Amino acid sequence: MVVELLDPDTVDRMFAALADRTRRDIVTRVLHHEESVSNLAQRYEMSFAAVQKHVAVLERAGLVTKQVHGRERLVRGNVETVRAAARLLEQYQEIWHGRLDRIDALLAEPTPDRPPAQGGPA
Amino acid sequence: MTVLTSVTDPTALTLTVTAQYAAPPAQVWTVFSDPRRLERWWGPPTWPATFVDHDFRPGGRATYYMTGPDGEKAWGWWRFVSLEEPRALTFDDGFADDSGTPNLEMPTAHASVALEPVDEGTLLTIVSRFDSAEDLQKVLGMGMEPGMKQALGQIDDLLAAS
Repeated sequence: MVVELLDPDTVDRMFAALADRTRRDIVTRVLHHEESVSNLAQRYEMSFAAVQKHVAVLERAGLVTKQVHGRERLVRGNVETVRAAARLLEQYQEIWHGRLDRIDALLAEPTPDRPPAQGGPA
Repeated sequence: MTVLTSVTDPTALTLTVTAQYAAPPAQVWTVFSDPRRLERWWGPPTWPATFVDHDFRPGGRATYYMTGPDGEKAWGWWRFVSLEEPRALTFDDGFADDSGTPNLEMPTAHASVALEPVDEGTLLTIVSRFDSAEDLQKVLGMGMEPGMKQALGQIDDLLAAS
């Protein structure tokens, strides 16, 4: 499993970081375009320091990187780390695909007390 | 393949899957309402589920265990939140201890199922949501479905656009 390929502490930090709505929102934004911390701070109803703190949590979790660019610090999403989170959801997706396929097999079975699918009650 | 579309959203922590069945909604409904049918599909073949109670009404609870290859048992629960026969149901599912008592320290998944009549039979849409990524991680980390194969699914739009 993908989970086992990652250092457990890294996984813990990654998911603790993603458990917060504001931080998830920041990650989504900076995956598309890098943004300065000050630009990000303007988007949220919280102090610059609070946004800076969120960015620091994301940086420690490896979800974003920060680069000094002149006077600005630009935040950019780390696609590989977010991809790792997506893979966990894909594992969960496989569970549901299996269930939905088994429902199909079940509905296709003729049963003595139940008419076949096409002739069934509407 | 039963599944028509399947989209995961890693930032919203949702999974949305649609599937089509050659049976009318009233018949698809029975795979949820009848515990003997429910246990035929809920657990994977290597960990079949047995429902010991199934109080199929809003607010009602169901208790089940899944039996592993070495006879080990993993207990879980459902709570039916809303039932609109035969078109929609929502339920929560979570972990339980060995006596079947819900373990509320463990994560809960929230599922919402819609059954829409179409010419071919029924279009089923399931949306499954976790409260936090930590919860999802815990569910997968518990080895809830030890036999599940690893996904090589699509990378969602978010990643494609980055």
